[in-house]
Amino acid sequence: MTALLSIENLSIALPRGADREHAAKHVSFSIDRGEVFCVVGESGSGKSLTAAAILGLLPPGVRASAGRILFEGQDLLTLSLPELRRISGKRIGMVFQDPMTALNPLHTVGSQVAEVFRIHTTLDRAEIADRVLDLLETMRLPEPRQIARAYPHELSGGQRQRCVIAMAMALEPALLIADEPTTALDVTTQAQILALIRDLQARRGMGVMFITHDFGVVAEVATRIAVMRQGEVVEQGDAQAILNQPRHPYSQALIAAMPALRPPPYQPSSAAPVLRVEGVHKTYRRRGRTVAALKDVSLTLRRGTTLGVVGESGSGKSTLARCLVKLVEPEQGAIRVLETDITRLSGSAWRAQTGRIQMVFQDPFTSLNPRRRVGDLVTQGIAMRGVRGADLKERARDLFRLVGLDPAAIDRFPHEFSGGQRQRIGLARALALEPDVLVADEPVSALDLSVQAQVLDLLAGLRRKLGLSMVFITHDLRVAAQVCDRVAIMQRGEVVEEGPAETLLTAPSHPYSRELLAAVPGRGWAGGA
Amino acid sequence: MRALRRYASSSAALIGLVLLLMVIGMAVSAGWLFPDDPLSLAGAPLTPPFTEEGLPLGTDSVGRDIAAQIFHGARVSLLVGVVATGIAIGIGILVGAVSGYFGGATDAALMRLTEAFQTVPSFILLLMLVVIFGSEVTTLALVIGAVSWTAPARLTRAEFLTLRSRDFVQSCRTLGMPHARIIFLEILPSALPPVIVYVSVVMALAILQESALAFLGLSDPNIASWGNLIGDGRRVLRSAWYVAALPGLAIIVTVLAISLVGQGVNDLLNPRLGRR
Repeated sequence: MTALLSIENLSIALPRGADREHAAKHVSFSIDRGEVFCVVGESGSGKSLTAAAILGLLPPGVRASAGRILFEGQDLLTLSLPELRRISGKRIGMVFQDPMTALNPLHTVGSQVAEVFRIHTTLDRAEIADRVLDLLETMRLPEPRQIARAYPHELSGGQRQRCVIAMAMALEPALLIADEPTTALDVTTQAQILALIRDLQARRGMGVMFITHDFGVVAEVATRIAVMRQGEVVEQGDAQAILNQPRHPYSQALIAAMPALRPPPYQPSSAAPVLRVEGVHKTYRRRGRTVAALKDVSLTLRRGTTLGVVGESGSGKSTLARCLVKLVEPEQGAIRVLETDITRLSGSAWRAQTGRIQMVFQDPFTSLNPRRRVGDLVTQGIAMRGVRGADLKERARDLFRLVGLDPAAIDRFPHEFSGGQRQRIGLARALALEPDVLVADEPVSALDLSVQAQVLDLLAGLRRKLGLSMVFITHDLRVAAQVCDRVAIMQRGEVVEEGPAETLLTAPSHPYSRELLAAVPGRGWAGGA
Repeated sequence: MRALRRYASSSAALIGLVLLLMVIGMAVSAGWLFPDDPLSLAGAPLTPPFTEEGLPLGTDSVGRDIAAQIFHGARVSLLVGVVATGIAIGIGILVGAVSGYFGGATDAALMRLTEAFQTVPSFILLLMLVVIFGSEVTTLALVIGAVSWTAPARLTRAEFLTLRSRDFVQSCRTLGMPHARIIFLEILPSALPPVIVYVSVVMALAILQESALAFLGLSDPNIASWGNLIGDGRRVLRSAWYVAALPGLAIIVTVLAISLVGQGVNDLLNPRLGRR
């Protein structure tokens, strides 16, 4: 039997002036009915463009320059656009990363699912309505009737993604292409969507091409895997074989970069508390609705230790981080850095004290002013405190050495650095003022896995060297296991459980913590050790 | 240098620049090409263009040299354009930056003030201010500037609203940087490009407003300005159309030149186009 989809020697040419000639080079693989084929790679590996080529969705200027894409025996690259649409709409379903942009905000989700039937079938109105409800029910959406009448913004991220999958599945395609379908979702939601995709695949016997950067997700769903790097497939084969005995050095490195979910043994600290959060409340008001972002949050950070704050989106963890550096003012409670309650400080008194608690931001691309040289960026804080001229340059170079960057690079601009390097610059800036407490708000979640591992190593090294005390905000329990001594788990503005990382990540007692831990993708797989 | 070459790669922008340089050249050379007072009598009234030596563009209804008035008028138009634009952009940036950065009650107050200015048609406001403060040419420039700041203010505010929540601005706050420094040294450089492009619109409008005032006879009567000349030509439009048409052409060329240059600068500052 021929394969459902077989890609033969596919090359995708990038426009001239791009950072490389080909987005994909001599890519070959095939997907059969009834399997989940995972294409794994870091950003820039060409995995998404390969999927786009199948559906004729390559961006302008980018084209498939060689090879064949055989779908049910027909070469998709030779078809005209209308022909391709007829096939791809009916026989191939596509699910994108961000369900919000994949749905039209002006129509109800029900009518958007119905549209698929209107375009591709001759069913009448009532039949379509029935099919839509059936389909939404299959997606395990509660109250399908209400969901069908809802607009995308009225649904949660997970519900939206289910609707997008419903659209992709409407015509019972032979092949489903899912491009990072769970990357924008919370872990618990991600676990549900993965289960749904696996279940649909098994029941319908279709082939799934699943694109992801996350080996944990791969371990959850894949039957076979192709690992891509810079446009080339470096290794492909049976999922278990690659996950447990990767042969190519790049696959080995990627899997090794995956943080293990095993925290090191807990070492109790008897050092004095350097930061105390006491009964902090913060409420946001929007159009008459009030949302409690923080409800009676109390935490203690001892000198030289790292406290992880873990939660899903909307848990209030970022609001907490912003309260700690006074970007957000809580309406109740105290935040004490050593003995000073910073919530009581006035604007100018706080400005004089900001050096005691500093922050590293999540997004390395927006957290550095693009118009300033990186040397200036890291020393801005010291410059305001009276250091000038050659001393300032020397400090900038020292800080660059500290975070493992080339000290000669201080005169460059942020755009000349990669994401990981930028995050190091952000770290250098925060460390410049020698803070008592460092607040890190998801500092590695925007980075590729291998870069993430390097930055985590750097943080661990700095911790030992400088005796840093750190509040580490993250949604990723694996990362938390790597860096945190103690962990606080937040849900809807409340700390539901706090304790040593070792206890919390192996035997949590609160039901939500247990749910969170169970949802970590690839938990059963020993990889990354 | 590279920026200059990229600017020159658009022919429209290049034509705009050449035209603008021509107008500036007229203003600069007016003094030695037409050293006499442009408002003094030079020949018989309503001499058509190209008929008499020494009066290349003829004379107006009183007998004053039209060419001399157009050259000297370029000075007035550019002066009014530059001064009024400077004032409008200055006030606009200040109001917009403070409003967008602080938000809340400050923003509400400043935006209501802006709306108060915007709801009154700016030309009516201009007429009123001219009646109160007089119509000397420097006063005119100031007054035109004072009624033109609302659009730049809104533009700056919109930029600040998006930029202030960016992490790089937040990081400056966590470093303890004072507000004024964050506003002017950190955010403003990133907020400027659209405002700089808008300069051309403000300047073109300022020149038109001065001409409109002159046309109504409310501009400074003691200077040669394009608007004054058009206002004068209006009465003899049917017999000597060129008296109004020639300064009208000068206004069209100047405004067009400024718009084209503005468009060129826009393309230059737009990073998405720039990368090609």
